[in-house]
Amino acid sequence: MSNSVTEPSVRTKWTAGTLVILYAVITLLPLVWIIATGFKSPSDAIAYPPTVLFAPTLEGYVNLFTDRTRATAQMLADEGEPTTWYGRIVREQGNVIAGPSRYGERFLNSVIIGFGSTALCMVLGTMAAYAFSRFKVPLKDDLLFFILSTRMMPPIAVAIPIYLMFSKLGLSDTHLGMILLYTAVNLSLSVWLLKGFIDEIPVEYEEAALIDGYSRFQAFTKVVLPQAATGIASTAIFCLIFAWNEYAFAVLLTSGTAQTAPPFIPTIIGVSGKDWPAVAAGATIFLVPVMVFTILLRKHLLRGITFGAVRK
Amino acid sequence: MTQSPIDRIARATPAPLSRRIRGLSDRTIAWIFVAPTIVLLLAVNIFPLIWTVRLSFTNFRVNRPNNPVEWVGLENYRRILTDSDIWGTMQVTAHFLIWTIILQVLIGFALAFLINKNFRGNDLWTTIIVFPMMLSPAVVGNFWTFLYQPQIGLFNYAVSYLSCIPPDWLLTCIDPSSFSMIGDVGLAPWAIVIADTWMWTPFVMLICLAGLRSIPDFIYEAAECDRAGKWRQFWTITIPMVLPFLMLAVLFRGIENFKMFDLVVQLTGGGPGSITEVTSINLKREAFEKWRTGYSSAYAVILFVTIFGLASIYVKALNKVKDR
Repeated sequence: MSNSVTEPSVRTKWTAGTLVILYAVITLLPLVWIIATGFKSPSDAIAYPPTVLFAPTLEGYVNLFTDRTRATAQMLADEGEPTTWYGRIVREQGNVIAGPSRYGERFLNSVIIGFGSTALCMVLGTMAAYAFSRFKVPLKDDLLFFILSTRMMPPIAVAIPIYLMFSKLGLSDTHLGMILLYTAVNLSLSVWLLKGFIDEIPVEYEEAALIDGYSRFQAFTKVVLPQAATGIASTAIFCLIFAWNEYAFAVLLTSGTAQTAPPFIPTIIGVSGKDWPAVAAGATIFLVPVMVFTILLRKHLLRGITFGAVRK
Repeated sequence: MTQSPIDRIARATPAPLSRRIRGLSDRTIAWIFVAPTIVLLLAVNIFPLIWTVRLSFTNFRVNRPNNPVEWVGLENYRRILTDSDIWGTMQVTAHFLIWTIILQVLIGFALAFLINKNFRGNDLWTTIIVFPMMLSPAVVGNFWTFLYQPQIGLFNYAVSYLSCIPPDWLLTCIDPSSFSMIGDVGLAPWAIVIADTWMWTPFVMLICLAGLRSIPDFIYEAAECDRAGKWRQFWTITIPMVLPFLMLAVLFRGIENFKMFDLVVQLTGGGPGSITEVTSINLKREAFEKWRTGYSSAYAVILFVTIFGLASIYVKALNKVKDR
């Protein structure tokens, strides 16, 4: 036992731990419920009282990735026995597969737009952050504040002219348009965060490199970038999560080719009414990667969510 | 991996050629590095904003591009500020904003306070608690409609279950099919508050935790020597030291929830009626359903000025607290 007055007693620790774990369990329930519902049959999903123990099925996942039609006995006879495992699952419901659903495409759009905008944002953001950190840029503070203030605008407020602009430039509902848009939105976060990370790298390293005959650009790429790698990686994950989760611009500016998953998932419906297991399956596939990234990010989480204002 | 940068520099001494071309001057590099960011922000953020301001003085409608565009001066602004529906929307937003902030600050601070007791495994539980806030609000909102279903929803089941365990606080068991969080006029505003609190309490918690951890132990030790009780220590050391952090958390949540769109639009869609129609949803209806482009541009400008104004006043107050 420590004698420090500030060290909480064992009993305090136990109580605190119990309460926090209780909260964590309650807060996790909706998430566990989403994941569990994805593996339920439609009747289990809407059973009362809610089913905790159930026979898991992949029906929700199969329904998520396929479009199905209700088949008559004649159609079923013509079709013959299904040859695939997912064909059999659909057949058990009395349906036949009409084709793949749009979920795959929408998910792929999310991946393309998410990674595309993150990559672009990191290139531009790192350069700008380096310049703001190391050089005397005229009106530096004003520019930095301007960059931050772009985050205060409600997306819907700028969506009107962006909508007009994109239709004139032929960018509406294109991957390029969404990548540029998300890059612009994320730049404020990446510049502020990266400036913080680069500020922490001692200038002496670069000065040493410059004396050794490096050009400024070489010093940037060969000395600063490797040093800032952790910071760049965690900033990138933040940008990726933001682009991944974004909904307002996506729902207003995309409808088909470039639509991402968040506007699409709520529109998933089954042959008869809302297919909750399929919605839950779609949500699970979409949300779980973010949870994994959150675990990777945990050390820099605070810094990211406060734009570098709180560094721990 | 752990080689020092000095080693790396020594190994990669540049070739004579690049030694001769010393590269661009710092000034040029600074401009080359900053310019793309500024250009992109001007194109995608500032240019649209200026366009919005310009449109706000006209009667332009996107769905009728051939109509002559008339300059109507401040007419749009006058109509918005005298429109009782918009004030209703503002009240909805205020209710949402105030209650989410109160709940998130109370629960978030309490959690941070408990986590700061450093029980074993607190890092693990902190990470788990943080999950909701990293997820897509639209997808989460959509799924909460499932939890809020009468009869089959998990939320309704939990409420009914809790109302039935003794001691019978409510003297009656609530039937899970007897109420609908998102269909009932009285409950819907609370449905969005609960979902948002579930999602964003961890945000306040993380910031408070950073505040609590920034308090050096010796202050408490000194207080202990002066025989200050735990309660007194809490009010005269803990709270004042955490306050700037707490205010920062409130600033972030305030701005975010003033702009709130995705979670609420998926959860209630502004309904029933317009009971949960927060400003962003209202604005979206005006701009993208009624296509009153000029009018909604003025609306957008008013919202932006409000957020910016409130945030600036708040930041001043925050700086005062910090300096104290």
